[in-house]
Amino acid sequence: MEGELVLLGGGGGGGGGGSSGVSTNESAVLSNVEVVSEACSYPAESELELGLGLSLGGATGKTKPATATSSWGECGRILTAKDFPSVVSHRTKNGGPSVSVSGTKRAAESVSHEGGSPTGISGSSQVVGWPPIRAYRMNSLVNQAKSQRADEGDSGIGEKDKPKDALKKKLNYNGNKISSTTTVNEKGHLGFVKVNMDGIPIGRKVDLNAHSCYQSLAQALEDMFLRSTNSVGAEKEQLTKASKLLDGSFEFVLTYEDKEGDWMLVGDVPWRMFVSSVRRLRIMRTSEANGLAPRFHDSNERQRSKPI
Amino acid sequence: MPKRLASSLSDEVLEHVFSFIQSEKDRNVVSAVCKSWYEIERWCRRKIFVGNCYAVSPEMVIRRFPQVRSIELKGKPHFTDFNLVPDGWGGYVLPWITEMAGAYPWLDEIRLKRMVVTDESLELIAKSFKDFKVLVLASCEGFSTDGLAAIAASCKNLRELDLRESEVDDSSVHWLSHFPETYTSMVSLNISCLGSGEVSFSALERLVSRCPNLRSLKLNRAVPLDKTANILRLAPQLVEFSACTYSAELRSDVFSNLAGAFSNCKELRSLSGFWDVVPDYLPAIYSVCSRLTSLNLSYATILSPDLIKLVSHCPSLQRLLVLDYIEDSGLEALASNCKDLQELRVFPSDPFDAEPNASLTEQGLVAVSLGCPKLQSVLYFCRRMSNAALVTIAQNRPNLNRFRLCIIEPNTADYLTGEPFDVGFGAIVEHCKALIRLSLSGLLTDCVFEYIGKYAKKLEMLSVAFAGDSDLGLHHVLSGCESLRKLEIRDCPFGDKALLTNAAKLETMQSLWMSSCSVSFEACKLLSQKMPRLNVEVIDERGPPDSRPENCTVDKLYIYRSVAGPRFDMPPFVWTKDEDLALRLSP
Repeated sequence: MEGELVLLGGGGGGGGGGSSGVSTNESAVLSNVEVVSEACSYPAESELELGLGLSLGGATGKTKPATATSSWGECGRILTAKDFPSVVSHRTKNGGPSVSVSGTKRAAESVSHEGGSPTGISGSSQVVGWPPIRAYRMNSLVNQAKSQRADEGDSGIGEKDKPKDALKKKLNYNGNKISSTTTVNEKGHLGFVKVNMDGIPIGRKVDLNAHSCYQSLAQALEDMFLRSTNSVGAEKEQLTKASKLLDGSFEFVLTYEDKEGDWMLVGDVPWRMFVSSVRRLRIMRTSEANGLAPRFHDSNERQRSKPI
Repeated sequence: MPKRLASSLSDEVLEHVFSFIQSEKDRNVVSAVCKSWYEIERWCRRKIFVGNCYAVSPEMVIRRFPQVRSIELKGKPHFTDFNLVPDGWGGYVLPWITEMAGAYPWLDEIRLKRMVVTDESLELIAKSFKDFKVLVLASCEGFSTDGLAAIAASCKNLRELDLRESEVDDSSVHWLSHFPETYTSMVSLNISCLGSGEVSFSALERLVSRCPNLRSLKLNRAVPLDKTANILRLAPQLVEFSACTYSAELRSDVFSNLAGAFSNCKELRSLSGFWDVVPDYLPAIYSVCSRLTSLNLSYATILSPDLIKLVSHCPSLQRLLVLDYIEDSGLEALASNCKDLQELRVFPSDPFDAEPNASLTEQGLVAVSLGCPKLQSVLYFCRRMSNAALVTIAQNRPNLNRFRLCIIEPNTADYLTGEPFDVGFGAIVEHCKALIRLSLSGLLTDCVFEYIGKYAKKLEMLSVAFAGDSDLGLHHVLSGCESLRKLEIRDCPFGDKALLTNAAKLETMQSLWMSSCSVSFEACKLLSQKMPRLNVEVIDERGPPDSRPENCTVDKLYIYRSVAGPRFDMPPFVWTKDEDLALRLSP
């Protein structure tokens, strides 16, 4: 294969494989040449000059992106674990696989590639939307994990656990795991929960996996809802200040619905407990939130008896 | 002298002939023969399929086809399923329902996928279409049980209500009770996505007992085992059933009740659900297994030995969905028992662990390919693969039409040779000449795209992730794949060159999705300017792409052909070449 991208009429077309494509789409290519020549008259011509000769594995034309987010132009190779020996330690910390490093690299350097987490990834080494499993199926996996854990917590009776023992033994493939189901839930892979704010018709989704504490979650939500999209250049000066959504001093307050269907104020229970019981979030007007008990004693006690 | 020599058949006769032509593609061909056929055909077209709701406007559809009875619409891009499309992107069905309410009073079927459906839309449907029969909401969202109550109360002739994988808000309305006591027409009911609070079991039982034509019933998860048996006894004529939560301990009375209920169901052909199933209960379904053609165990955490036992009772199986707990040994058993198998989907039980959870490798897929001569459709998640295995599969199963392989770890190489999978996938496209859908994974260079461009002439949908080296890869696909309709790409080094060179190709396709690639906003604007019949949408939540350094690439790009022009309901994070703020969704 020649490895050259020839636009029109050149010898072998786009390599042997593409020749039939070129011949049938000749008229298409012709009109595309038009596109190219006119491109030269546009201001950003240095980027759009589609010169002949696009070498395999090399830079894509003259585009040399300034930011590290698009390192493709430079090396055209997806970075692998060999490039990042230090990332391996992430595994035990987050329970997530460290081997999908290409995601990590981009995650570390680019906020943009991790769609749901505007404040950046705090320690998560998963790539958004990979592996490609539908959200509905992921929900079911996690719900299964939650209900199995609930069963385990509610009864210490061996009989009930018997059918699960075989499962657990089998799932003890890796010595690190106690049970695959708890691992799934601790990682909380189904991290996306819906967030609605009073007065705004369109809800958003936020990835809870991208956060390890309430501050960072609240910050993300503030960025999503309380900041206009035109202030990209603005400094995120609120990073160091405590989030107004959490301290009750603001017009709005952050609340969540737990799996029992009760609405609670965010921030009272330990983070992990929150993550395992939250179903969805709502940024509520403080005036409306006065009826919410900050601590719902019964459910807290129930939660305390469940193994974490 | 006859007025029209060319057409010696009267309009009525032609219309009658056309009524035998059901397929949409054939209808489109018929309408292109000549003007008079176009006219006749458009008046008698009853069924419309719109693969992208923004490709055409409801007014245009109504103008051309004035007497439609059935419509199917799809909204958001496929990658929405994997959380790659932010909420609020679009896909609202209300404008369509509003227009059709006035124009199609006899509309009786609405099928929607990945669309935003509000309670208002559902109420409008309930109010506007007197003979409404079929409502399918697949992967939809935006509605609550209030909307469902409106449908239940008003649609006296409703036959099908299918909410598969939709997100339904619970408004605490007992919507099932809104079906009047006189209502008896249900044929197919799928409420598997609903939570326990949203379904009153007694209302459900009453509904099932008064609908003698009920053929397909998919219950929600929280129905306990003894109730399952009761429902089955009320509907022994079921063909399709989705079972529900199995209780944790085996009780012989519950077991025999369940087994008895199943044994009454002589028509049962398809089973699914099986959440939280305990293997000890599985023998309760053995009486129906020999007739089963479809089995969905993909939510069942049962292990290989029990799966093997089950599968060995199902010689008529045509479709199997299962978790990787089946392991290679289970797939080998499947291959020797189920010679009619056409479709296999194997999902990962623990997708985020680098260590395999179960002993499932490429060997299982090879065994099924060798043993099942009718195998056509494959979706397979695994952690290792070899080119040799792919070549074997390709050579033995040239009748494959859908092949989707997901090697879980990106950029995994052939575990035997360390090489990319170019040769393996090349063999797939070369041998499987009827391939219409392909998903790639693993380590791949531009070579694989050269093969795809060269051989995959029938390919309609291609999904690519973490693959390729340069624009040449994308160019091969766009210039070679003649039948390509949908192309979705993520995390590949494809950029402006291939896109602009093949701009005209994009108008022959339904859509192109590119995320985390190397396309610049300048190229998007240029493409949009040159190709007025393409909508070029940049999805970027970081802010206006214009405000970033010129060399910065766009986050996500969705390009689709449209005769309806730019849409007017774009959220703030979707950017097009037009600065016109009137196009933005007003808050």
